[in-house]
Amino acid sequence: MEIIRNFPCLSILLAMFSAIISSALKGKWAKRLNTFVVTTVGILSAATLYLTYTTKESYVYVMGHFPAPFGNEIRFGSLEAGMALFFCIIMLFSLNGGRKKIKLEIDPGKENLYYIMVDLLLSSLLALVYTNDLFTAYVFVEINTIAACGLIMIMESGRAIEAATRYMIMSLLGSGLFLIGLCMLYDMTGHLLMSYIQISVREIAGNGTYMIPLLVTIALMVVGLAIKSALFPFHAWLPDAYGYSTVSSAAMLSSLVSKGYIFLLIKIIYRVIGFEIFVNSRIINVLFVFGLAGMIMGSTSAIRENDIRRMISYSSVAQIGYIYMGFGLGTTAGMVASVFHILSHAATKSLLFVSGVGLTDVSGEKTQFIELTGAAYRNTAAGLAFTVGSLSMVGIPLFSGFISKLLFSQAAVQSNVKMLPALIVLAVSTVLNAIYFMKTVIRIYTPIKSKYPSVSIKENQLYALTLLCFIVLNVLLGMCSQPITDWIRQGLAVLA
Amino acid sequence: MSHIRKQSDYEKTFAYRFFQWLGGEKDAFVGNMEMRPQKEYVEEEATIQERMKDRQQAIAEAYDSGHNKELLFFQMLYKCFSILFCIAIVVLLVITVSYLPSVGGADKPTNNLVSETYISDGLKDTGAVNIVTGMILSYRAFDTFGETNVLFIATCCVMIMLMVDEDKIRENKDSNDRGFEPKNDVILQMVATLLVPIVFLFGIYIILNGHLSPGGGFSGGAMIGAGMILYVAAFGFDKMGKFFNEKVYKCVKVTALICYGCIVTYYFLTGANGLPCLIPLGEPGKILSGGITLPINIFVGSEVACTMYAFYALFRRGGL
Repeated sequence: MEIIRNFPCLSILLAMFSAIISSALKGKWAKRLNTFVVTTVGILSAATLYLTYTTKESYVYVMGHFPAPFGNEIRFGSLEAGMALFFCIIMLFSLNGGRKKIKLEIDPGKENLYYIMVDLLLSSLLALVYTNDLFTAYVFVEINTIAACGLIMIMESGRAIEAATRYMIMSLLGSGLFLIGLCMLYDMTGHLLMSYIQISVREIAGNGTYMIPLLVTIALMVVGLAIKSALFPFHAWLPDAYGYSTVSSAAMLSSLVSKGYIFLLIKIIYRVIGFEIFVNSRIINVLFVFGLAGMIMGSTSAIRENDIRRMISYSSVAQIGYIYMGFGLGTTAGMVASVFHILSHAATKSLLFVSGVGLTDVSGEKTQFIELTGAAYRNTAAGLAFTVGSLSMVGIPLFSGFISKLLFSQAAVQSNVKMLPALIVLAVSTVLNAIYFMKTVIRIYTPIKSKYPSVSIKENQLYALTLLCFIVLNVLLGMCSQPITDWIRQGLAVLA
Repeated sequence: MSHIRKQSDYEKTFAYRFFQWLGGEKDAFVGNMEMRPQKEYVEEEATIQERMKDRQQAIAEAYDSGHNKELLFFQMLYKCFSILFCIAIVVLLVITVSYLPSVGGADKPTNNLVSETYISDGLKDTGAVNIVTGMILSYRAFDTFGETNVLFIATCCVMIMLMVDEDKIRENKDSNDRGFEPKNDVILQMVATLLVPIVFLFGIYIILNGHLSPGGGFSGGAMIGAGMILYVAAFGFDKMGKFFNEKVYKCVKVTALICYGCIVTYYFLTGANGLPCLIPLGEPGKILSGGITLPINIFVGSEVACTMYAFYALFRRGGL
């Protein structure tokens, strides 16, 4: 059992090593190495989850010979380990689903560079999940940002490079705000390790000294991470970045990169600032309002969109709004709902992206809706998967989206003032979701004599298998929600 | 009592016609209306031209900031608001800073146990006379390893953007302005001949002496990289390729990063499991001292030198 404690550190280093070795390999071998590493890291994370879930404890792992507060540390409880496992699963599925497209769309000489980006993205996600040190978090936020830019611009088309530039500017703005907040926090507390910062922050809040800088610091960090995870008013970079990158990149960006930042925010709320102080600051109301606005505006933008990839992207804005709305409720129930929605959205959105590309492939590579008519008959697997994803997004029972909506409304009912707006906007947003997703589903199932050839499942078995895995994951999240919410509750309790 | 109507009688009734219409067997309009087959719409060349011209004109007029008052107004408003917003953020941050604890006071939060320990125990713990290098490479080894990976991934990203196939570089040698290098510039070559060895030596000195005096892998590596850039600017890529081409670059970079990674992995695993680190700290002040600091400095130095040169070469020529 002792040896399992080394696994989180090893999995971060393993991902970094694979990136370094990939730079000397040909694309094919880089791909194999990447698949091997993602699978191995998944297994290691599963073992860590088993250890932490059974002992109901969190473990501190000293990175080096110097214990806190002098050296670096990582820390893992069941929530962290579970998140790492989940990220690995989604990454593996997203890459497998878009394998053909990667081959087609990427210059063969640069395929190994793509896998370097993926490996380092994985390592940075793991580090963001496991870190117990705010500055380490910042270093890996940098790696995450650069890797995400690389994943977008690997297409080397004009739109992709423009999207990458936009993403880079917005994302760097977010990193900059986060760094300023970090510096201020260091100035007030004199520590970089999360546990020690929290002790000092409690003192500051108790004494009432430095209250204004503390408020500004919380605001800077939250806004910085909100920009990076595309909360509503900062979402302008999102549709291009998701719409014009290769499909695996889009799936990973929407379901992993933004979720990594949100998880870092959860860590900051619980481990750095403290849940009580965060709830008592007025920033939580701002998050609530912007979350609600995002839920409506993201969906209305998606309804107006005439491009399936961009429609799915805009739907992400709405879903990120749900997560921040859960934070804004300021209760543990709201947090649990948000964490569940991170899982549910990650599983569903990557499914939608991967199945969406199957539909556009049998429509002459065109993404406009008019071309997609009847696409589900031409590629049955993709059509079925897209329908499942849409039903989950709308919130039909049996699928994961229903559970997260249920948890959100349960959390909203417990709140006094925020109950009415949260419930109304949830209802409106569900209807709006239904409008654009059902519109698409009806269109792809409209029978028509088409000029495009159809594809059978036998021709691309890997793709169909990936979609099946995605569907199973989605149904699993929807059907076995009780053990999962129990795990999230336990994880959040250990995290604090 | 019911009876069956004759078929011809039934066909005259309203019910018959209604059910026929409902079943879609008979279209009420067919035969009762004049019908023509639809012609396919063919657009003439002239109309297409005209339509394109109209479109161009509309776009030109919409974005003609000289005459379009609304656009002008919007642009002004946009500029004003962005300036106001920036000023507001600046004011907010300045006000916040004025509330922060002042720098340097003895009783300020940053002067706590942590920095005190770094200063008092740094030499004993890390064996490095230069506390800063000792701190970033031993106490905070994980951060620095991450930072080195930032450099690595940045070069990879630039490669995605700018890397061109070696064959294509050769193919387009004449048409490509990347090939135009300052060739045989006597003054530059003379100065480079004199300077490059000194720059290299100084860089190596800074790296090797990183744990004893100010400097270290990052600064020394940057210096060696600058020396390489000077050499390639004076003598061109062909001469550079004789001792530093893509193969050498890959070898050096991958070896340096893997060795660095192995050292930190060993260091983390022994540290976390309570085992002693077998790399000797040595006698402080000697060149062979400082435990893991010296080898890490060498590896970081080679990685940084490669990165600097790679940036230059990629921007200049699209390859190494």
